[in-house]
Order: sequence, then structure tokens, then C-alpha cells
Amino acid sequence: MNLYALCEAIEATALSAAIRESLWLFPVIEAVHLVGLAILGGSLFVVDLRLMGAGLTRQSIAEVERGARGWFLGALALMVSTGALLGVSEAVKLYDRPAFFLKMITLTLGLLLAFTVRRALIARNPRGGSFAFSVGALSVLLWLTTAVAGRWVGFS
Amino acid sequence: MLDDFVAWLATTPGSIALHESLYMYAIVETTHVVAITLFVGTIAMIDLRVLGLALSRVPVSQVLRRLLPWTVLGFLILMVTGALLFYAIPERTFHSIWFRAKMLLLVLAGLNAWRFHRAFGVSPGGWDLGPAPARARLSALASLALWIGVIFFGRFIAYNWFDCDKPQPAFISAVSACRSFTP
Repeated sequence: MNLYALCEAIEATALSAAIRESLWLFPVIEAVHLVGLAILGGSLFVVDLRLMGAGLTRQSIAEVERGARGWFLGALALMVSTGALLGVSEAVKLYDRPAFFLKMITLTLGLLLAFTVRRALIARNPRGGSFAFSVGALSVLLWLTTAVAGRWVGFS
Repeated sequence: MLDDFVAWLATTPGSIALHESLYMYAIVETTHVVAITLFVGTIAMIDLRVLGLALSRVPVSQVLRRLLPWTVLGFLILMVTGALLFYAIPERTFHSIWFRAKMLLLVLAGLNAWRFHRAFGVSPGGWDLGPAPARARLSALASLALWIGVIFFGRFIAYNWFDCDKPQPAFISAVSACRSFTP
């Protein structure tokens, strides 16, 4: 089965039809997705800001990350689940959307960074430095692009 | 009077240009949405800290001092882009029940924040690391609820369920002041 056929099969499911045909479901899921965005943004930003040597600089990097981790993971779960529901409802439309394609790439890169290099760096708990700054800046850039491309899916 | 102003706003060249632009409106709206992460994101971290649910080992005064400048930056971006979004579609937005509900929550959220800062400033003193007093917790909880409401209602402005150009229940029609709006 190719990717296009898979998108068609997803749209043929009852779940997809239910979200698509409901007047309220899609907008409500969208709004929850946005609330997730706010919490994800906040919990990610305090850590990346600290990596870049700003924000909560009196605390160590590891301490800031520990204090925000639960909300980052929770918001991530909320965003992925609501995002999946939105995607399922219009899978065929997403198939050839450049904005969605870009979003999936930067999201994958952002997740990879968060759970490999960034996590290892934070575990070493450095006081600062140009490498920490670069990781923080790259993280902000990747997640920001994901958010912008995500909004752009609705326009394209 | 406000009706006349909004109607006039819709006839200005800038409003029409923004409304009809291919990319500008989308760019402004995307900036508005993404700035939520900065504004509501930092507010959420502050509120969750006051509630003892995030950054619990960081003094509240530090969280306030170091994050509020970013909240203010987010607020400025949201105000400018939000004003532009209103400017692009003045009449429909002005008569949108969601927009009106959003503005109400915005005012309540502003009053709530003002009360919090009047009571505690950026140095809550005695409870900088300990549990926050009930009043502060209540304010943090109200803040979270109000801003989540603002996000919901803001998103719903885009949907035309209750637009004045189709028959609406008397309540909706009255709250949206549909009588003074002829699309």
C-alpha cells in the first residue's frame, strides 16, 4: 500500500468521518491543540532560554529542566494525540501539503534533539557555554518552525 | 458610535489591502498564534510555579523576575498582531460573539493579574520557596482558566456558527449586536 492509499484508508475510517462531519469536534480539538502548544512552548522555552544563558540563570540547567519536564512531556502527549486526531480527519489533504511535510521534518528533528543531544547535555549540567547556547537556540528554532508550519497547514 | 467607527475602519485602504492580501494576513495570524507560546507559555509556567506544580525548587520571585519580561514581549506581539487581525476584518470580528467573549475574558485576566501583582509584586516574601497562600493559588488557577478560555474563544472567531449573516437565536443576536450589522 502506498502512502496516498494509506491516507485514503485513514479518511475512510469512522473516526475520521466523525471528526470531519461534526460541526464542533474539529474546532474544539484544534483549541485543545493550541492550549497544548502554549504549555509545550512555556515548558520548552524556560529550559532553552536557560541553555542560552538567559531566564532562570540562578538555577542550574538540570534544575530548571527537572522543574519543567513533567509539563513538557504532558503537553507533548496532548499535542501528539490531538494532532493525530486532526490529521486523521483530513489525511488526504495533508498528503501533499508542503507545510505539513516541513512540520513533520522539524518535529522529528526537534524530538531527536530533545531526547538525545539536549538530554545528554542537560544530564552533564554545564554552567553555560557556546555548545549549550547552540543546542538551546537550535531547539527554539526547530520547535518554532514546527509551530509556524503547523499553522500554515490551515492556510495552504 | 462604535459601529460607525468599525464600519469606517472597514472602508480604509489598509484594511482592504490586509483583507485581500495573499500572504500578509496569514503571516500576521501565524505570528499571533505562535506568540501564544511566549505569552501564555510563560504565564502558565508562572501560574504552575505558584501552584507548586512546576519549577517547585525555584523561588517564585526568580520565576516572576526572569520570565515576566518575556511575557511582556509576547503580549506586545499579540496586541500588535491582534489589532491588525481586527483591522483586516473589522465588522465581522466586532459582531462576533466569540470575539466579544474573548475580550471579556481578556479584561478579567488582566484584572486578575493586576490584583496579583498589587498584592505580591515580584517578591512574594514569606512564601518564595514555601507553599503559596490560598489567595495567590486562586489567582494562579483563575489565570490558567481565563487564558485557556481566551485561546478557545480566539480560535472560534474563525468559525461562522454564530455569524450575523444567518438567522441566530435572540440571545446570540442581542449579544453580537446583529441589528447594527448589515453584512
